[in-house]
Amino acid sequence: MTEGLTTPGAGWRRADGPPAQQRQKRRRRGNGRRGGEVPMVDEAEFTSYYGRPIIKPPVWKTPDVPLYLFLGGAAGSSAILGALSDLSGGPQLTRVARLVAGGGSIASVGFLIHDLGRPERFLHMLRVIKPTSPLSVGTYILSPFSAAAGATAAVELLGWFPRLKRFGGIVSGVFGGPMATYTAVLLANTAVPSWHAFHTKLPFVFGGSAMAAGGGICMALTPLSESAPARKMAIIGAGIELVAVHGVENDESVVSEPYHVGRAGRFMRAAKACSAAGLGLAVLGGRTRVGATVSGALLAAGSLLTRFGVFDAGMASARDPKYTVIPQRERIKAREDAGSITR
Amino acid sequence: MTSISSASPAFTGNDPQNRLYGPLPDVQGEAGYDDDHPARVGFFTDTSVCIGCKACEVACKEWNLLPMDDSHGTRDVIGLSGMSYDNTGQLGANSWRHVAFIEQVRTVDLPMPTMGPPSHVDAPRGTGHTGAPPADALGLGADEVLSAQTSVLNAEALSEFDPQTGQSGADKQVRWLMSSDVCKHCTHAGCLDVCPTGALFRTEFGTVVVQGDICNGCGYCVPSCPYGVINQRKDDGRVFKCTLCYDRLTDGLQPACATACPTQSIQFGNLDELQARADARLATLKAQGVETARLYGRDEDDGVGGAGAFFLLLDEPEVYGLPPDPIVTTRDLPAMWRAAAKGAAMIVGVALTAVLGSRRAR
Repeated sequence: MTEGLTTPGAGWRRADGPPAQQRQKRRRRGNGRRGGEVPMVDEAEFTSYYGRPIIKPPVWKTPDVPLYLFLGGAAGSSAILGALSDLSGGPQLTRVARLVAGGGSIASVGFLIHDLGRPERFLHMLRVIKPTSPLSVGTYILSPFSAAAGATAAVELLGWFPRLKRFGGIVSGVFGGPMATYTAVLLANTAVPSWHAFHTKLPFVFGGSAMAAGGGICMALTPLSESAPARKMAIIGAGIELVAVHGVENDESVVSEPYHVGRAGRFMRAAKACSAAGLGLAVLGGRTRVGATVSGALLAAGSLLTRFGVFDAGMASARDPKYTVIPQRERIKAREDAGSITR
Repeated sequence: MTSISSASPAFTGNDPQNRLYGPLPDVQGEAGYDDDHPARVGFFTDTSVCIGCKACEVACKEWNLLPMDDSHGTRDVIGLSGMSYDNTGQLGANSWRHVAFIEQVRTVDLPMPTMGPPSHVDAPRGTGHTGAPPADALGLGADEVLSAQTSVLNAEALSEFDPQTGQSGADKQVRWLMSSDVCKHCTHAGCLDVCPTGALFRTEFGTVVVQGDICNGCGYCVPSCPYGVINQRKDDGRVFKCTLCYDRLTDGLQPACATACPTQSIQFGNLDELQARADARLATLKAQGVETARLYGRDEDDGVGGAGAFFLLLDEPEVYGLPPDPIVTTRDLPAMWRAAAKGAAMIVGVALTAVLGSRRAR
């Protein structure tokens, strides 16, 4: 529709389109969204070029990139847990956390390189340092992190150089936090509407999700006598993840919609179910062997599904021009209402 | 030797104001070129004179040796889009110019010229207020005239009824919009800002070009372009987009598309001259009553700091498949990193709490 608001006075509309492409009042359904499949915005008034996407959807492969996000997060939070537990004296938790961090970081590097269009050129990432590129900054977080975490896990397995091990563990712990949250900036600094709109919220989604995954995996693999720190981190992390995801999913804007519908919606609902169940079970039965193992697995699954859901929601929002046009139109309208531009 | 930065001016040290967006008077200078660099060049695409011949697309494909692709960007496939004369479909790795076709209708309030209302049939002949032959001359009575009128009207209405628009054709106007889209060569280019290898760089002409021997196909530039211009060639792995014919520019030639354009819809030149020309053209069109004409990408205060390739459009940008209010996402990068730093600190804090809390309990 190009009549009315968008083209004052001209009244032109596309000849082969429907007589009146869905018109809409921007109305939210108050309580009707319980089932999850109900779109927040019933119909949209927007114009597109034959319904084609305006921006290009990311060419990143799935499951490579969601797995990278998950493994990087789990490895990052485990590395922090390992370093702190090493300093406070918990040898078994330290060992598990170091192995999780090392394994996760090496695997995540593998997935990242496999996702490149020209994997043999992965070292080109180290040609330059570009503060404007989250992927360049991330390269300089991931490289030292995975080197330190991988080496620490290796000497942990081999039993060599105990002092070097502690140093490597602390280095990986220092880079663990940025490792877990930089991936949120990586996704948010794109024109993908459902990622960019939440650029201040996604780091907390990913941070919480990383703690739930890292804490959960460590809790499941550590003997009960030492697993308390992992359990606490997993519980707090899952709580933060659920709250942060709730903030993303229930935004006023139309770009929240992809998190509810389609495959992304199914991922997000499954993620919430896993995280909530894992959280409950960890609180109630986390001190038992079975409870710790099952709740740890549930929390890790919830974190993994969250990553797949966020990734898919972004892809869906990039493929539909609605999510590009409507927020930009609203932005223009807000500016015009504020009187800052005259057109 | 000056070092040429491939990042936004904010982090080159050349700009004390740390700008990630907004107007930049000297794009090349901000990128690190010496003062004697050539003027910034660009395209002004005046869609009001585009005839949709696609000479620009063909010239671009020929000069840049781009492979064939269908309307979804699939390489080496012949495919019809099935929606219009546009079988290129979109910009992509293999299509660096894309001519959009839009057919539009609008209802117009025309007086009925063919028949008067039945009460006027008995009006004195010869007044000529209807185009139909006088009823008496055909030897018809009043009733027959009425039924003939009705059937004529019905037949006319049926023959001109357009099932797609649900309207009869008698009160309908049709127009075609054609527009040759291209990479905008933004002042603040999202693709350039996020490229982690330095494969994308700012040329001495102020354009943005991919170095094919550096690109490792990470694909980060693809979703970072607010216009959906750059894309990956699947079988190749690397990304490709318009270079504004960097090779031709260095030899003093015009870009291929502008050279081929038969109506001067695509105009190439120094950006400031093009901007002045576009302003004049817009004023002319407005004076002629084309109220919907507007410039797109001309405003240096827009979300990308103004485009090196800008357009004169006759309808809203999204009608042509262009975003109405594009922004370079790097604009929000400081806020993102602040949030990420808080998130990382949160993880450390939670882990510290968990470890210390457990120790005390033990």
